[in-house]
Amino acid sequence: MSDSSPKIPSSEITPEATFLNRRFFMKSSIWAGTSLATAGIYRAFSPRPEVVNTGTEIATVAETAGEAAELPVLNEKLTAFDDIAGYNNFYEFSTSKSAVAAKAKNFITNPWSLQIDGLVNQPRTFDLDELLKIESVERTYRFRCVEGWSMVIPWVGFPLSKLLSMADPKSQATHVAFETYYDIKQMPDSGYAGIDLPYVEGLRLDEAMHPLTLMATGLYGKTLPNQNGAPIRLVVPWKYGFKSIKSVVKITLTDKEPPITWNLANPNEYGFYSNVNPEVSHPRWSQARERRIGEGGTRETLMFNGYADQVAHLYAGMDLRVNY
Amino acid sequence: MTFSTDFKFHRALFVFHGLLPLMLILVDAWRGNLGANPVEFVTRATGVLSLVFLIITLLVTPLRKAFGWNWLLKQRRLLGLYAFFYGVAHLLTYLAFDRDWQLQTVVGDVLKRPFIAVGMLAFALMIPLAVTSTNAMIKKLGGKRWAQLHRLTYVVAIGGVVHYYMIEKSDIRYPVVFGMVVVLLLGYRLANRPKPLVRTAK
Repeated sequence: MSDSSPKIPSSEITPEATFLNRRFFMKSSIWAGTSLATAGIYRAFSPRPEVVNTGTEIATVAETAGEAAELPVLNEKLTAFDDIAGYNNFYEFSTSKSAVAAKAKNFITNPWSLQIDGLVNQPRTFDLDELLKIESVERTYRFRCVEGWSMVIPWVGFPLSKLLSMADPKSQATHVAFETYYDIKQMPDSGYAGIDLPYVEGLRLDEAMHPLTLMATGLYGKTLPNQNGAPIRLVVPWKYGFKSIKSVVKITLTDKEPPITWNLANPNEYGFYSNVNPEVSHPRWSQARERRIGEGGTRETLMFNGYADQVAHLYAGMDLRVNY
Repeated sequence: MTFSTDFKFHRALFVFHGLLPLMLILVDAWRGNLGANPVEFVTRATGVLSLVFLIITLLVTPLRKAFGWNWLLKQRRLLGLYAFFYGVAHLLTYLAFDRDWQLQTVVGDVLKRPFIAVGMLAFALMIPLAVTSTNAMIKKLGGKRWAQLHRLTYVVAIGGVVHYYMIEKSDIRYPVVFGMVVVLLLGYRLANRPKPLVRTAK
């Protein structure tokens, strides 16, 4: 700087040492300030995953021979609990998979009521204690998300058929509709989900009654973490993950195909059936391979997620490219 | 020497801040802090960083004109190279972890997945820009032709945003915000494009 105006008395000219000090101070401040800003922005967009508390234990019984016969042998490594509970699609809480656990932390799951109505002879409402009293088994299933990642999850729960039988479906019932709990006060970010809420799903009655179709109340032997769909959720292992609706409050038996949320949002991309099928691409990406959480690289996706022997007969004669 | 002429200081600052996000990703990777799906995280982070640096590059001109920060111009090529650098990292992450280095499968992927085709195109357009980022290349091309070529940055930025938008399932907040910023920055250029030569000949 060389514009020393003559009007400034020499006493006010900053001594060189002070000037250099000040430059050093300014530069250091700029370094510190900008570095903190950059690191802060990075951290804001990539928060550390929430540490998850495990729930209370659920007693399970051994599978009876008939039920066990339906289960394919699964010699695959279980996905780590922290990954199952720290990487979730639950759009009511957040569209960021790593943020759901933190946002769902205070979700109230007790008291809870699950209503079964529609074409049933005995419409009824279960509270949480009644649901947890239903005899549970442990079932380890592959879980394949439509986004192309997968997990192996040891669920605890009971076949949906058990629950439906308790309401005694009428003979004209052909489909089952499900609804997720929805409360904007507990789910303040739900407005950004980009889908209509409450979340709804559906199955054909024979899919719902299939022995593999589970109502899960826990995983890894304990009650479900909120972000995994506490206190009770559906698990349909041969379908893409979004079919396995979470935090269910209502089950309605109907005589027609019920609406499902992702199909309403984008019918070209998400069909009613949404069976895992490596041969039918999602319009924007291939479904041929998947990334198993906890593994490097990718692996081949199996037809019906590896459950073809158990469920392929349900779709005999159907064109799975049309009924995707 | 004032702040605005301290080239060495600016360069050091910009070099450091371009590398800082990469260092933070590496630290998080080292500490196992990338979440359940580290590949998805790194792919996303590098893609977003490429777009962020593209946007900062496009910010140089409006900032110079609004605040007279002409010193920023000397850092612009570095910023553009960082956009390319994170683009390369994004592509390598995809090739290594999504394609397992099975490069012959990339063709099918580009054909089947439109968002990948758009991303590939945007990346390809960055290559000539990176290659011509040296002083020697400016001389060789001539300043005017060089500047014309580097307007491809606009197409790259639009392509990057479209690529981002296409991968989102339903929550499109981030790509929309990026898109609005790019629209503003390109709109600024459209509104302030140089007038016919009459007035410049003073």
